Amino acid sequence: MTEHSEVMHQGESHGGAHVHRDDEGSKMAMWLFLFTELLLFGGLFLLYGAYRFEYADGFKVAAADMNSFIGAVNTIILLTSSLSVALSIAAMQRSQKKLALGMLWFTILCGIAFLINKYFEWSHEIHNGIYPGGPALENMSNGEVLYFGLYYVMTGLHGLHVIIGLIFISVIMVFISRDKITSTNFQKLENAGLYWHLVDVIWIFLFPLFYLLH
Amino acid sequence: MANGSLANEVSYLEYQGKHKGIMGWLLSVDHKRIGLMYLMGIMIFFFVAMTLGVMMRLEMLTPGETIMKPQTYNSVFTLHGVIMVFLFIIPAIPAVFGNFMLPIQIGAKDVAFPRLNLFSWYLYMVGAILAIVSLFIGDGPADTGWTFYVPYSIRSAQNVSITTMAAFVLGFSSIVTGLNFVVTIHRLRAPGMTWFRMPLFVWGLYATSWIQVLATPVIGITLALIMLERFMGVGVFDPALGGDPILYQHLFWIYSHPAVYIMILPAMGVVSEILPTFSRKDIFGYKQIAISSLGIALIGYLVWGHHMFVSGMSDTSRIVFSLLTFLVAIPTGVKIFNWVATLYKASIKFSAPLYYVLGFIFIFSIGGLTGLVLGALATDIHVTDTYFVVAHFHYVMFGGMGIMFFATMHYWFPKVFGKMYNEKLAIVACTVIIIGFNTLYFPMFIMGYMGMPRRYYDYLPQFQGWHILSTVGSWILVSGIVFMFGNLFYALLKGPKASMNPWGGTTLEWKVPSPPPLENFDEIPIVTGGPYVHDKATYIMYPSKEGINANGGVKTVNQEAAL
Repeated sequence: MTEHSEVMHQGESHGGAHVHRDDEGSKMAMWLFLFTELLLFGGLFLLYGAYRFEYADGFKVAAADMNSFIGAVNTIILLTSSLSVALSIAAMQRSQKKLALGMLWFTILCGIAFLINKYFEWSHEIHNGIYPGGPALENMSNGEVLYFGLYYVMTGLHGLHVIIGLIFISVIMVFISRDKITSTNFQKLENAGLYWHLVDVIWIFLFPLFYLLH
Repeated sequence: MANGSLANEVSYLEYQGKHKGIMGWLLSVDHKRIGLMYLMGIMIFFFVAMTLGVMMRLEMLTPGETIMKPQTYNSVFTLHGVIMVFLFIIPAIPAVFGNFMLPIQIGAKDVAFPRLNLFSWYLYMVGAILAIVSLFIGDGPADTGWTFYVPYSIRSAQNVSITTMAAFVLGFSSIVTGLNFVVTIHRLRAPGMTWFRMPLFVWGLYATSWIQVLATPVIGITLALIMLERFMGVGVFDPALGGDPILYQHLFWIYSHPAVYIMILPAMGVVSEILPTFSRKDIFGYKQIAISSLGIALIGYLVWGHHMFVSGMSDTSRIVFSLLTFLVAIPTGVKIFNWVATLYKASIKFSAPLYYVLGFIFIFSIGGLTGLVLGALATDIHVTDTYFVVAHFHYVMFGGMGIMFFATMHYWFPKVFGKMYNEKLAIVACTVIIIGFNTLYFPMFIMGYMGMPRRYYDYLPQFQGWHILSTVGSWILVSGIVFMFGNLFYALLKGPKASMNPWGGTTLEWKVPSPPPLENFDEIPIVTGGPYVHDKATYIMYPSKEGINANGGVKTVNQEAAL
């Protein structure tokens, strides 16, 4: 309750808006939002599980086609970027604005590198005629068709989240450079970090499911 | 809070902020104005969907083609369902009255994220526009039923993609509102407002919001997959490519069953508000009602399979789902018995909201008990996909949530608009609505039991008597609804001014002026007791005038209340 009173005492009235700062509430909302993201992917993981059970052989054949080297490189890239985003929060807490911005730049570069790898992977598959409705799929078994269908949907949705995460981080960088995020007011940065970790965590599940399980 | 006092001299309706006129509404982040904007949208779509419903009943007046062709009929029942479910039933009570009353009832100036709140309204409007657009472009509106079952929804040549997109966006809007409410309830309760001092409407919203956050993403991905199937043919739901249509049904109902509790829990919360007010008595079994809301939300997650008893499932899962379905009756029964017990030996004041509540308890009990008929495996197989199902869900959805939405409008009308309506006319309208409702839907139970299948524009001649009765019921119901809205609109324009507390309510919204000022409270009140105490004051509205420092004083006040 005392925390709550602090919250309200920072309240200000801006043209009808009840603007108040509540870091704890903001963090809570972010975690709830991440829950919803997990459930969004949860539906897809459920489908993957069901079809892997139904078409174990087809999935094995299809998975052998994946290049686990590129997958592993992408995993390393994303894990490293999770480290850099965490370091940027630590730097911000110590008022090291430049270091924090540098770490975020590095995170963004990692995200872009990930997407570039993904682009080459996808274009390779598409070039070989492996895409929904593509010529190569016509001769494949149902299990393989579903494997590639899910592969495109799940990595595609994940890629979309990488892009959203990159936009999120870029906005946060603007805030930092305008000193709207400081060593005492960094919840927005932390939320962006949480989101980026989510992107990372989902990939950690996608990688073994699509590349390692033969 | 000194700087709020200037804004608090005028009501939220009259306040002029940075933006004037219509922009002062469209850009407002005030929870009360957003609530009213939702009300506007919801009323429009309610009337659209109601008209579609009346047209369907008109078509069923005679066997064969009466006013429309089968394809039109398919589109009409689909749109009736989509609009009613996603644009009216789900958002009506939480987004309108939840937005309006939640912050006031817990003693806050606004929700936790006012701008997100406005964003959610815009998402709602985008979703609504998409649903309307799907009517007029391309190959005509979706004809799949509101459930979008595959493989037909993948194959249908109609505008299924836009309609699913609409439902997807509306789901996102619902998630954002739910998330906002959960954080608001956790973070913004006034000093002394402990969990078990919250009004039961807030408990209902709390349970609802959790379902919105935890169930809606599943329908999001499912509908997105329908769109992907249609555009690209991924295959996950397409039997021709090895996909499994039953899996679609599972994913759909994993959301859509909990969603029926999104629809009903806020309505049940309002019942628990109205009863103690008009009984002049504390609610019976406060904690049981509060916990039963969470109980319903929890069990509600585990019963989706009962929509699929004839779709193809193992007997074991059917028995488990059937048993779990019966369990929902327990927390629901707890509520009904506690409500009735609240009326026992109370000094009851019969007002329009209470008439609606009594109508609700009667109708909802019929809906609930016929739910058990559908939840039991043997009887369900007999009545699956018949009018029995149609009657059941209209009894629980319209009779439950719809009637309670009308009750809510009457209960909070004086607070929201600061005007009083004609009580006698409101009671007449209520009576007409309840008679019309039962005339419309009760024959459907009988027809369904006799084997009349749902979703057909045609029927065998032996059902005609019941169909005529039902159609006449729809006319009575609609005239009652129009009469009720007419009465309220007249009150809005010409009604006498409402006092701060016309019903003698005990929760915080009755301690602020009608209509409430922009910031709700001059000072954040301190709560010293339960929400439905009639014989003594349980709120300190001006702590500073009574020499209580909100920071230091809270503890003492709380300790005092605990003694």
